[in-house]
Amino acid sequence: MTPEPEQNAAAHAHVALPDPGSAPRDGAPSRPCIETHGFHLYYGAKPALKNIDLSIPERRVTAIIGPSGCGKSTLLRSFNRMNELIDNVRCEGRILIHGADIHAPEQDVASLRRHVGMVFQKPNPFPKSIYENVVYGLRIQGIRGRRHLDDAVEHALRRAALWEEVRGRLHENALSLSGGQQQRLVIARAIAVAPRVLLLDEPASALDPISTLKIEELIFELKSDYTIVIVTHNMQQAARVSDHTAYLYMGELIEFNETSRLFTQPREKMTEDYITGRYG
Amino acid sequence: MVAHESRQGGPGAAAGTGGRRLGWFRGDDPFIWLCAGAVAFCLLMVSGLMGLILVRGMTYFWPAPVVEFEYTAPGASSVTLAGEIAHRQLVLPEQALDAPPAATGTHPERLLLKTGNRRIYGQDFRRIYSADLQNARYPEELTVFQRTEWGNLYGYLEALEVAGVRRSPDDALLQDLIARGADLRRQLRRLERGEGGRINGALEKLRLEERRLELDEAPADDARYVRLAEQRRTQQERYKNLEGRVGALRQQLERDRVWVRLASGERVEQTLGDILLAYRPNAMSLPQKLGFYLRGVLKFLGGEPREANTEGGIFPALFGTFIMVLGMSVLVTPFGVIAAIYLHENARQGLLTRLVRISVNNLAGVPSVVYGVFGLGFFVYFLGGSLDRLFYPEALPAPTFGTPGLIWASLTLGLLTVPVVIVATEEGLSRVPHSLREGSLALGATRSETLWRTVLPLTIPAMLTGLILAVARAAGEVAPLMLVGVVKLAPSLPVDGVFPYLHLERKFMHLGFHIYDVGFQSPNVEATQPLVYATTLVLVLLIVVLNLSAIYLRHRMREGYRDPGT
Repeated sequence: MTPEPEQNAAAHAHVALPDPGSAPRDGAPSRPCIETHGFHLYYGAKPALKNIDLSIPERRVTAIIGPSGCGKSTLLRSFNRMNELIDNVRCEGRILIHGADIHAPEQDVASLRRHVGMVFQKPNPFPKSIYENVVYGLRIQGIRGRRHLDDAVEHALRRAALWEEVRGRLHENALSLSGGQQQRLVIARAIAVAPRVLLLDEPASALDPISTLKIEELIFELKSDYTIVIVTHNMQQAARVSDHTAYLYMGELIEFNETSRLFTQPREKMTEDYITGRYG
Repeated sequence: MVAHESRQGGPGAAAGTGGRRLGWFRGDDPFIWLCAGAVAFCLLMVSGLMGLILVRGMTYFWPAPVVEFEYTAPGASSVTLAGEIAHRQLVLPEQALDAPPAATGTHPERLLLKTGNRRIYGQDFRRIYSADLQNARYPEELTVFQRTEWGNLYGYLEALEVAGVRRSPDDALLQDLIARGADLRRQLRRLERGEGGRINGALEKLRLEERRLELDEAPADDARYVRLAEQRRTQQERYKNLEGRVGALRQQLERDRVWVRLASGERVEQTLGDILLAYRPNAMSLPQKLGFYLRGVLKFLGGEPREANTEGGIFPALFGTFIMVLGMSVLVTPFGVIAAIYLHENARQGLLTRLVRISVNNLAGVPSVVYGVFGLGFFVYFLGGSLDRLFYPEALPAPTFGTPGLIWASLTLGLLTVPVVIVATEEGLSRVPHSLREGSLALGATRSETLWRTVLPLTIPAMLTGLILAVARAAGEVAPLMLVGVVKLAPSLPVDGVFPYLHLERKFMHLGFHIYDVGFQSPNVEATQPLVYATTLVLVLLIVVLNLSAIYLRHRMREGYRDPGT
């Protein structure tokens, strides 16, 4: 992938807003952002994902639901190759992001992860100041200019709806923030490196209802600019925030459809059982 | 100190079943008592040891009163003596066969008296039963003279001779003359150590240059020989000049003298230049004694040892220990940390890494003297010898680096303590939450960027913990050091004003070895016993200070990098 591999440093400092002309209007069909073709993943000999064929549309929210241990997180972590950190993981099949194979030998993992940001279940801010957390990815890219960094911090924190709460204490330790604020800081941190895709791995499961609501509002805000894939075990949340939903069971993709369809008229019996609470 | 909050199994709780006493044993109480007892025992041992060191070490500098008394040795006539009571001891009746009849029966008290005047009496100390002390008194006029050699002189000031003119005894004048002597000795030392050292260094350098020319087989009529000879002549002239000035200073130093009448009646003539200090302990008020005490402590810490380490200060040993530990820390920390990073972050975890880890842990249990032997064989003879052959061939057969020295001692102790640093750092690395590594990687950081920017800063407290343990072990180590660089008396400090300022090849003094040397290798054991305690106290305090500073540093680090939210 990496459509613009040699972006200059200044462009990185700002969130690269997609061209408005190509932005899909709500409801209009969107071109695919992430495609998987016959994707298998094994932990040692044990298959965790079986033959996943999926096409996640651009600038939409796609939810992945399913019972615990069904492989939702594994699938999500395949999109930015985070599974490679675990020993004995092997995969087959292809994953394309914007048409480029992420497992291609010329693909640099670090640059893939810059373009496919990730937010984890538990807020994991670095034990540094709020400011340093946001500019972490930019500093890694070697961006130094004070002005650029300041602008990027403000932009990212505004996008993550955190700016008003922390503008006066950017240099305080990020760990002094509440859990919900920490999670929004982590989202801001991911936004700051200008990704095209945001992977959210149960981003609200460790938060209280009000913080959850804020995160959901934020997801709604962000979907005009980013392709968002969210893993959640909360079906109401999936129904509220997502445009498309994929139902995974035992490592297999059972059903993938527009959320409104999947929740009202599921094609598969298994999906219906799950969303109506008869299973799981 | 040892509180036990949980007392669920108190006597009352267990009283229901069986007998009351058995119930107590079945409850939680006995175990808590056992643990508390163990802690109390440890505390008792530690505080007892520290108390002994503290009391014996701290009282050494206090100006003890000087007692004058008549004493009749068995089969001799009565003699008047004066001295400080250095130690009191109760003797078992079976051992006190020579006790005076008045003291027989119970445990007689025997005194260790420092009577000084070694040149007259032939010994510094006498053991006398306190019952033998007749007519003990503390005359205010009795003066203690501390001398550069021959130990203390106890007596009465009779007369002074200033530049050949005889003067009546005058305390103010005496103090002035002592101050003048101290000033002259300082000048003399500066000349001998400073300029003399520079000239000697220059001459040695010239000799080596000439030798190098010979090794290079330069022709005998080479112009460089002429230049060297010329330079040597200049240095020799400077040396002659220096000798003249030193001689003049010495004459000045020997100009004045003082006559002292001993308690036993002899008259002693003493060169004033050799007197370090004259004071009258019996006439001192408490504030004066306090001032004397503090000056004594400072002189001990800042002074150089005299008279085969039986007197004077311990500064070279203190400084040597400090530099050696510092050098060791500088060497061991990067090495241990890098090794731990490789073991924990890069190496594939398997049988081999486990074996390496076990070996590292076992290294910590190897007797330290083995490290000394290894250091001598590998570092000194092999590494140092190779360095000499490669870079200092002109100095051979006299070794430059191929002889025990500071650098080799630091390296040997680094080897001794590197397991501690590795284990502590690995522990710290494994405590960094996985989620932080993932967070960094997910932002496009490579593994090494993650390591440098996120993981290592969080590991610093653990590294410092390892360093604290390493320092505590290294500072107290003696056995390996005796083989790889520590000497009884080093002529110069490893740091001085001559380029390259830090002389890693020099031998140095060390507090731990100093304790051994002063306590057990000394020609004057009674005199040095309090010094052993004082030196031990300084060593313990040095380790405490080094540890506290590392702990403070660690605390500062932890402020910045607290564990992420739970």
